[in-house]
Amino acid sequence: MSIFVDRRTKVVVHGLTGGQARFHGLRNRDYGTKVVAGVNPAKGGQEVEGIPVYANAALAREATGANASFISVPPKAAPSSILEAAAAGMEVIVCITEGIPAQDEARVYSELRHDYPGSRLIGPNCPGVITPGECNIGITAGEIALGGGPVGIVSRSGTLTYQALYELKQMGIGVTTCVGIGGDPVPGTSFVDCLAAFQADPETKAVMMIGEIGGTGEEEAAAFISEHVDKPVVSYIAGVTAPPGRRMGHAGAIISGNKGTAQAKMQALAEAGVKVASNPTEAGELMAEVVRSL
Amino acid sequence: MDLFEYQGKQYFARFGIPVSPGDVAETPDEVVAVASRLGYPVVVKAQVQVGGRGKAGGVKLAADEGEARAHGEAIIGMDIKGHTVHRVWVEHASDIAKEYYASFTLDRGAKAHLAMVSSRGGVEIEQVAAEDPTAIARLHVDPYIGFSEAQARQLVEEADLDPEARAGAAEVLVKLYRCFVEGDADLVEVNPLILTPHGQVHALDAKVTLDDSAAFRHPEWEEFAGVTELDERERLAKSYGLQYVGLDGFVGIIANGAGLAMSTCDVVNQVGGSPANFLDIGGGASAEVMARALEVISSDASVRAIFVNIFGGITRGEEVANGIVTALGRVDIKVPMVIRLDGTNAEEGRKILRSVESETVITAPTMMGAARKAVELAGGK
Repeated sequence: MSIFVDRRTKVVVHGLTGGQARFHGLRNRDYGTKVVAGVNPAKGGQEVEGIPVYANAALAREATGANASFISVPPKAAPSSILEAAAAGMEVIVCITEGIPAQDEARVYSELRHDYPGSRLIGPNCPGVITPGECNIGITAGEIALGGGPVGIVSRSGTLTYQALYELKQMGIGVTTCVGIGGDPVPGTSFVDCLAAFQADPETKAVMMIGEIGGTGEEEAAAFISEHVDKPVVSYIAGVTAPPGRRMGHAGAIISGNKGTAQAKMQALAEAGVKVASNPTEAGELMAEVVRSL
Repeated sequence: MDLFEYQGKQYFARFGIPVSPGDVAETPDEVVAVASRLGYPVVVKAQVQVGGRGKAGGVKLAADEGEARAHGEAIIGMDIKGHTVHRVWVEHASDIAKEYYASFTLDRGAKAHLAMVSSRGGVEIEQVAAEDPTAIARLHVDPYIGFSEAQARQLVEEADLDPEARAGAAEVLVKLYRCFVEGDADLVEVNPLILTPHGQVHALDAKVTLDDSAAFRHPEWEEFAGVTELDERERLAKSYGLQYVGLDGFVGIIANGAGLAMSTCDVVNQVGGSPANFLDIGGGASAEVMARALEVISSDASVRAIFVNIFGGITRGEEVANGIVTALGRVDIKVPMVIRLDGTNAEEGRKILRSVESETVITAPTMMGAARKAVELAGGK
């Protein structure tokens, strides 16, 4: 089992005909992901390495039965691509685009919630989602992920997600699904969404949660864990040394006032019974202990 | 990007939000010139991006030319909490009957816009919130639906603004919301929003934080560029389009991804070092980007060792390695460098790096090991 994506997931790659979308879309296909179609409004009817391209997501879905979209188009175009995918009925929409204006992001989030409640947006500004051996949508290097469970991973940071997958693989620990929720202010899928899904997934026996400074997502996750999660959770929060008021790359990673500090997040998680690590390697080690005791 | 008050007011004016007439001055002569054009009395306000300038003597009322010149001389060049005042905003002094507070921002927890209005303006709003949370009226606004005039009227009523101010304040709120959304701001804040004895409501201060991600659709933001307070390292990094934040330590950090860059700073700290900077070279980093990153780090005299920490996903290992090789040929790097490379095409990358390995260019397989080595080479521990 897994969450959000599996071997039945059929993916449409927006902008498959060029650039990053082509590079990652084809890599995802080579990994074994069912990449069934591409979308480009000007190039419907063409093919990219045997993958048919349609003028829009709805046509692609109709022709191929696709149920997921992969969006890596530039920030200017990403909001309309997300909504196009939702309108076409995609159940999962993975958007890795970095630099979407916050106002667009907030509006799209709200529009999805009102008009397309059946669509789950993962991202934007995230590495994507991978259920190892079954489906990889995004930019994760599939070879660093070991499948089969029992660990579920949810992370706000891209490279720290890879780091976590890598550390676990080194120790022979597999993952069910690894979700990169992204570092932007309004992620389509939150820590809480992923924790709820992992809690409900019988194959996932423990959860690795990687957070960072800024926002309140980790604190909300801590509250949710206390109430609703009985599976062990290991966490790592980046940004202990970050100075307040400075934006650390991710739009979301900024400390304002006393809110959103790594210390506050670590404390909230520890109080919720989460094992909190002080660096990525220690997080891997703590998870190894958890897995041994399962 | 944080705007100075005068820029914020100019931005407000674009959206029809009433502000006092005024202008920027950079010398005492200019202060006098602006003041005589506006008519006395005027207020001379230091333009710094830090709170508490009033208490520091950075805001002064001038009744005539002599006072205007004296305040200009005193305030321009003044140091306020480490910020040098390079310019002042001179505006016609307003008669104030009441001071209110109004703002729009994004409430990330609620994933909605948050409007806040208070009848207790003119002081730190955090202080009001701490002393009496009920003194601030709050309303969540659905970004898809927007903010209506009816909501604005309801909000000023809930905030218990004086009856004669409500219509004017509601009108300002609607315009302020437009400024927030169409103006692509992360925050718009007016403190104080004043009521004059003549019943006019207008913005006496302006705090605007623009969302840098939206710059592509705001060519008019060009005029704001270059005035943000950056140190030399940050200026160079910015000109190269790198995500860089200067810190106080001695280990230069280059990493890909904000999370990994932050984590790298943390790990250096944990093993007894201290990061000189945060530098995220982002996804798809090319040889060019790596070379520029090394150039920025090398320009920092406090850096005693460099820790390059790359985990490949979108950034492929051979690109990183080629970037390092290119940079080493181009930039004169005087301090030792520890490179940890892993992830997509890491093997290919490591092969390329072997050609440049030396006593001062070292590769290390793990993040903790690399951090220890970098700190050791920096002489930190």
